[in-house]
Amino acid sequence: MGVTYDEVVWFSKTFGLFYLIGFSALVLVYVYWPSNKATFERAAAAILHDEDKPCR
Amino acid sequence: MIGQLTRTERQIALVILICVAAFGLAIAAAGKDDPIGAHGWLIMVLCIFGVFGVISGYFAPEPSEERLDSYYDEPSRVGIVLSMAWAALGLFVGDWVAWLMVDPALTFDAAWASYGRLRPVHTTAVIFGFGGNALIATSFYVMQRTSRARLPDQLSPLFVLLGYNLFCLLAVSGYLLGITQSKEYAEPEWYADLWLVIVWVTYFVVYLRTLARRKEPHIYVANWYYMAFILVVAMLHIVNNLSVPVSFGSAKSYSLFSGVQDAMTQWWYGHNAVAFFLTAGFLGMLYYFLPKRAGRPLFSYRLSIISFWGITFLYMWAGSHHLHYTALPQWVQTLGMTFSVMLLVPSWASAANALLTLNGAWHRVRDDATLRFMMVAAVFYGLSTFEGSFMAIRPVNALSHYTDWTVGHVHAGALGWVAMITFGSIYAIVPWLWKRERMHSDRLVEVHFWLALAGTIIYVIAMWNSGIIQGLMWRTYSTSGTLAYSFVDSLIAMKPYYIARAIGGLLFLIGGLVGCYNIWMTIRTAPRGVSEPSIAIPEAPLAVIPGRPGAAPQSAE
Ligand code: HEM
Ligand code: HEM
Repeated sequence: MGVTYDEVVWFSKTFGLFYLIGFSALVLVYVYWPSNKATFERAAAAILHDEDKPCR
Repeated sequence: MIGQLTRTERQIALVILICVAAFGLAIAAAGKDDPIGAHGWLIMVLCIFGVFGVISGYFAPEPSEERLDSYYDEPSRVGIVLSMAWAALGLFVGDWVAWLMVDPALTFDAAWASYGRLRPVHTTAVIFGFGGNALIATSFYVMQRTSRARLPDQLSPLFVLLGYNLFCLLAVSGYLLGITQSKEYAEPEWYADLWLVIVWVTYFVVYLRTLARRKEPHIYVANWYYMAFILVVAMLHIVNNLSVPVSFGSAKSYSLFSGVQDAMTQWWYGHNAVAFFLTAGFLGMLYYFLPKRAGRPLFSYRLSIISFWGITFLYMWAGSHHLHYTALPQWVQTLGMTFSVMLLVPSWASAANALLTLNGAWHRVRDDATLRFMMVAAVFYGLSTFEGSFMAIRPVNALSHYTDWTVGHVHAGALGWVAMITFGSIYAIVPWLWKRERMHSDRLVEVHFWLALAGTIIYVIAMWNSGIIQGLMWRTYSTSGTLAYSFVDSLIAMKPYYIARAIGGLLFLIGGLVGCYNIWMTIRTAPRGVSEPSIAIPEAPLAVIPGRPGAAPQSAE
């Protein structure tokens, strides 16, 4: 097989680090994106509202 | 149950049952000289009962179109009842196993009652039977409410629920017969595993189809957790159970992995089963039922999203902390350890988010045992994740591994977190599902709460003590450089703690039975109450949300 153990380790130690950091950054941007604030607050409050019927 | 199915669905149900019964017969024939044969018969008999059940309701009038104006809660109701039944069994066997460790003679010389067979009956019955049914039942409930969409059809959710219970039954009965592939939390053999794949993929599809029909643009965070639970458990289950059966008439199979790869795959599975079965799914419950019951929106919705991604991404890498000081490469162990420590951040973020949501509703926590169940669950969640992150540090693990400390950690999580949040959610959901004003008896909920809390504390403290003593005894050397204690010495030292644990477990079991009785009475006898959730939360502080008039978002339609 072409891929050695060392190559796999190298890949996971480099790429693994960067994609996790990149991904965390994306999540933070999404969470703190100003226009998302209203959506989140609405979502948090919406479950308290009882209207026990599906929308059709 | 059948009355809710359309005519076509009843026909499909019959076809499914007959096909599965035929499979059962085939297995019974092929495996007549093997324990698998018994399972073939079991499957066939259950399906035949199912066929009679469907036929007896076959000519009942079809449900009217009006059903589409309400949510489909039948699977949730059945799931809650099944969950409590499994709880009674699982807690009972757990306590039996606990007494077995006090007095090993309690096996009555019967193979089925040996420790090695009863222990997985306990773990499977509580985790998959009790926890799994509660997760399926609440996930259907929460998904429909938060999406404002009815489940896509009547049959597939029932198939998921009942098929899943067939799996649990095959698992538990198999252990008693001596069928196991000896992977912890993945003991069932290949045929049960294949069946679970079918059921679980259907579950995922039902969830996606409901989601696709949703009327709320934003997907509420509880659903993210339920989705992660369903998706990741499918992945874990399929990969860890890749194996080749000896023959189609044999229960035995051989794993595709061997040696250290097998160990790593198993604990990648095992730890993520903790993460996505025992944590993510129950966090989904927490994020819906706690705010709902407290009548307050989540303290920080943003934080809940950050912790969601933190938990999903960090947990994936933590499994190797189960394999410290093994043949696993050192760097993989270090990786698992580092990620486990980092995991504390999103875990505590979730626990804190839950507790801060209660800020301002502490008087409710005081008066309402249901909410108190959820509050205590959040506290134990914080405690057990802190403990876990600590135990994952290699030198600490050198002391804790193989000892009762691990068992203490497990049950701080399992009793304090998983069972508490489940009981809390069940007490909240039962009156809503059966349209009752309240539980049959609030006093009994209170009794259950205190029994459960006392049982948990006794259990966990006993195991902390015994675990640390065990660990220290095993590593104490005499002046001449030999071990100071034999293994039997340490066993004798454990006995008082094992008795304490078994008593704590008994309290917990009694609490669970009180819960079963109370739920049963609520279903059977309580008067028809007004209607759904809000009555429990008269003072919902909607005003907290600035600029949001009482109107619901969906009023646009
Ligand atoms: C009445 C309450 C309970 C009692 C008395 C009890 C007792 C036990 C005992 C004696 C063991 C074996 C420990 C050993 O091998 O040294 C065990 C293992 C286990 N129990 Fe429980 N249990 C209870 C409730 C629960 C619940 C509610 C859950 C999960 C939701 C749970 C999950 C587990 C797990 C995952 C293990 C395996 C631990 C490991 O391998 O380290 N238990 N339990
Ligand atoms: C940040 C979160 C957590 C971390 C880092 C963590 C870490 C650990 C560690 C280091 C062990 C001992 C492994 C060994 O020595 O063999 C362990 C065992 C275990 N933990 Fe956790 N834990 C966490 C949360 C939880 C939670 C919330 C539960 C829920 C019930 C749980 C259930 C278990 C179980 C069942 C085992 C026993 C596995 C076995 O059978 O050996 N853990 N955990």
